[in-house]
Amino acid sequence: MKAFKFLFAGIIFGIIMFKSGAASWYRIFEMFQFDSFHMYGLMGSALMVGIFGIQIIKHFDVKTIDRKPIEFHDKQKGYKRYLIGGTIFGLGWALSGACLGPMFTLLGAGFLTISIVIISAIAGTFIYGLLIKFLPHY
Amino acid sequence: MNIFMEPWPWYISGPLIALVMLFLILSGKEFGVSSNLRTMCSALGASKASDFFKIDIKSQQWNILFIVGTIIGGFIASSFLNGNVPIPLAENSLQILKAYGFTDAGETYMPQAFFSLEQLVKNGNFIYLVLGGFFVGFGARYAGGCTSGHAISGLSNLQLPSLIAVIGFFSGGQLMVHFIFPLLFS
Repeated sequence: MKAFKFLFAGIIFGIIMFKSGAASWYRIFEMFQFDSFHMYGLMGSALMVGIFGIQIIKHFDVKTIDRKPIEFHDKQKGYKRYLIGGTIFGLGWALSGACLGPMFTLLGAGFLTISIVIISAIAGTFIYGLLIKFLPHY
Repeated sequence: MNIFMEPWPWYISGPLIALVMLFLILSGKEFGVSSNLRTMCSALGASKASDFFKIDIKSQQWNILFIVGTIIGGFIASSFLNGNVPIPLAENSLQILKAYGFTDAGETYMPQAFFSLEQLVKNGNFIYLVLGGFFVGFGARYAGGCTSGHAISGLSNLQLPSLIAVIGFFSGGQLMVHFIFPLLFS
């Protein structure tokens, strides 16, 4: 089963989220307080490796594992959806102390009340789908 | 083997996150956790309510497997890798949290006030988890991605929209901890 590599990647990601403290409500509070370098170091070092890796892939025209060309999709232009949507996301991130990846990590780690957050997040996505025509995007 | 049992420093964890992203790219996929919520809505029949949910669920199977893995990873980290340990916090954050009544700050991984069912019912923080989750789900889709899709994948690919989204993430977070938390907790 080729798809199991994605399960495996998810397991690694979940372990990183929990072991780095990125899944801790407290760490997110401290990050928004600018009291610790931890989360900035985490994201900054991920970015440095990420930017470097993607530049290498583009420069050497690296193919996928199945030898297909790798396509990078540019995000849609505009700013309203990113600024407004991003701000709403940030409000929720600080309040619930978890973005999407850590939510699932916490569920596995046995913090079962995080399921309240997950169900609400699914509801939020659904409501967005209903309101999509009425929201400014670009 | 000690490194597995200690909390992982940012300079180990950050590059590992990037490797997960690069692995997905080399597998022909894009790293983004929040799109799974859209897939879940579709699977629950939301396409009847909005065309936004008319997507090919099968093409998203890999990503659902990824978050199932994320759940298992959380289980492994907390059960076998000594993950569920107190988070050492900066002194200033600690003081503020204690003043807010988070008595276990610096002594646990998660605040009991938010995540123990007994306390949630008693102190009414239940509603904050509902609102917080709702904003995350709504905002992530509105912005077209969450921390993984914009802050990691998008910025790694030098996307200006992702930078705007990340500025939004931090503006929202600032608003919450500096202006709304004092109203909620003091």
